[in-house]
Amino acid sequence: MNIQDYKGIYVFIQQVDGKVAGVSHELLGKARELAQKMETKVTAVLLGYQVSGLCGDLASYGADKIVLVDNKDLEIYSTRPYAYAVCKVIEHFKPAVLLYGATAIGRDLAPRVAAKIRTGLTADCTKLDVADDGTKNLLMTRPAFGGNIMATIICPDYRPQMATVRPGVMQKIKPVEDASAPVDSFAVEIPESMKDVQILGVVKKESHKIDIQDAKILVSGGRGMGGPENFKMLEKCADVLGGTVSSSRAAVDAGWVDKDIQVGQTGKTVRPNLYLACGISGAIQHLAGMEDSDFIIAINKDETAPIFDAADYGIVGDATKIIPIFTEEVKKALADRKK
Amino acid sequence: MNIVVCIKQVPNTNEVKIDPKTGTLIREGVPSIINPDDKAGLEAALRLKDSQGAHVTVLTMGPPQAETALREALAMGADEAVLVTDRAFGGADTWATAHTIAAAVEKLPYDLIITGRQAIDGDTAQVGPQIAENLNIPNISYAEEIKVEGEYVTVKRQFEDRYHILKAKMPCLITALSELNTPRYMTPGGIVDAYQKEIKKITRADLDVADGDIGLKGSPTRVVKTFTKSPKAAGTLVSNLNSQEAADYILEKLKEKFII
Repeated sequence: MNIQDYKGIYVFIQQVDGKVAGVSHELLGKARELAQKMETKVTAVLLGYQVSGLCGDLASYGADKIVLVDNKDLEIYSTRPYAYAVCKVIEHFKPAVLLYGATAIGRDLAPRVAAKIRTGLTADCTKLDVADDGTKNLLMTRPAFGGNIMATIICPDYRPQMATVRPGVMQKIKPVEDASAPVDSFAVEIPESMKDVQILGVVKKESHKIDIQDAKILVSGGRGMGGPENFKMLEKCADVLGGTVSSSRAAVDAGWVDKDIQVGQTGKTVRPNLYLACGISGAIQHLAGMEDSDFIIAINKDETAPIFDAADYGIVGDATKIIPIFTEEVKKALADRKK
Repeated sequence: MNIVVCIKQVPNTNEVKIDPKTGTLIREGVPSIINPDDKAGLEAALRLKDSQGAHVTVLTMGPPQAETALREALAMGADEAVLVTDRAFGGADTWATAHTIAAAVEKLPYDLIITGRQAIDGDTAQVGPQIAENLNIPNISYAEEIKVEGEYVTVKRQFEDRYHILKAKMPCLITALSELNTPRYMTPGGIVDAYQKEIKKITRADLDVADGDIGLKGSPTRVVKTFTKSPKAAGTLVSNLNSQEAADYILEKLKEKFII
């Protein structure tokens, strides 16, 4: 392999039901920044069926070019047809870097591609940068051992350099209106032998709430809330603040709340404008998922709780008593402002 | 039906501490466990064995002391255990690990391979799908339910906002979520039996792999730096406020930040 032949930063665009995943927009934003340092371009790799209508959106979020693989066999995500198509894109276009979201799709697809192509893959990165030692290698940084330790990893001798990147960590650019980018339609025929898994059903989970990764304000509860009934006061508080409720792993494990609102290493990474932690002790796995929030306030009965090390302001007290009063005070303050 | 369950012995990360001087992991005294997702995978295999009959082989790649994890799996009810171990395999990243494990699995009869989704020490979730690619068989990740009928396996496959019901012809590799089940305990009789069983060892010499594809040498990725996160500047901690004062205090801070 002559690594000089591999050029450009490519982003695998995850679309489901014709909607682009937030992490793909985030990756385009990050790719722009990396492309400047590498003096190269950003290419979006879009797979799906009848999805060409998304190209404008990708251009507005930072793609210089789009490689479009439009094929009926790619309508619903399936591991091998997708991996096959991505491998064909790599073989033809020879990217220097290929980034994926660390999602239930990206973390299934990327390893298969890496194994096939024989290249490195760094999982669940939280930081990407470019080496300034003349190699322009991609520096991929990720947490390990439950967030206890960070490791920076390179892939010096194989291409593309591939990484999955945790959603919610990179910043999208402000979309450029009326942006457009050239679209390279790339035909891939999926062999029958690759269609080895049959999709019998697709069942969407009912959810009317905003994804905690998109929320600007999170009111988050942990074991210290005492029980599922006390999460109702967090709901009320979040409603008044215009935010949404999230939780620690302890509350999920106790069966009080659903897994999809769990913050942390095994849940989601969030960076809201306000993270209000109520009765969360702050295990390192939890901190790893929320410590980059802009502003953190924590309420906990135990003054030695590690959450206080991450908080801008910590209040030693009982969240179940403070939150209802606080909610009323916020209501009053908002009502006064309207007068 | 032959089921191969791939497990990993991991340090219980809840108890991992960092040496403040060197910034490295203190491994001494940290108990080792079977990785939780892998243990759920093993339990799923044992339930298939209980309900419809299967021969369950548990396999791990690691240093000689990983034998402890295999003994535990035998005590839970696995029929056979294989330890893939050699200094030549050391320093492998996920690519080289999967390549090595796949070569070892090829030495065994298998219809179904079950791995955990991810290990708690690395959290990569990569080795399972990579083994499947090496073996050129389908994989289904993130399994919440597994059913076997004849030569087909049906899996409830989790995504963030949905699940897919997927059906594949075996041989197939499945990665298991710890939500799949609650693993059984070892039985006293099982423990006794486990220590009488022989653990099969597979070493470098047994495998048909190239030197350039195993261990550190076969690994495309390199760790260039490890570090602990620099702590954030200390915030303000207040105690001795009653609930009303605490509520007012928070409101005041949110106003200062223009959040309200």
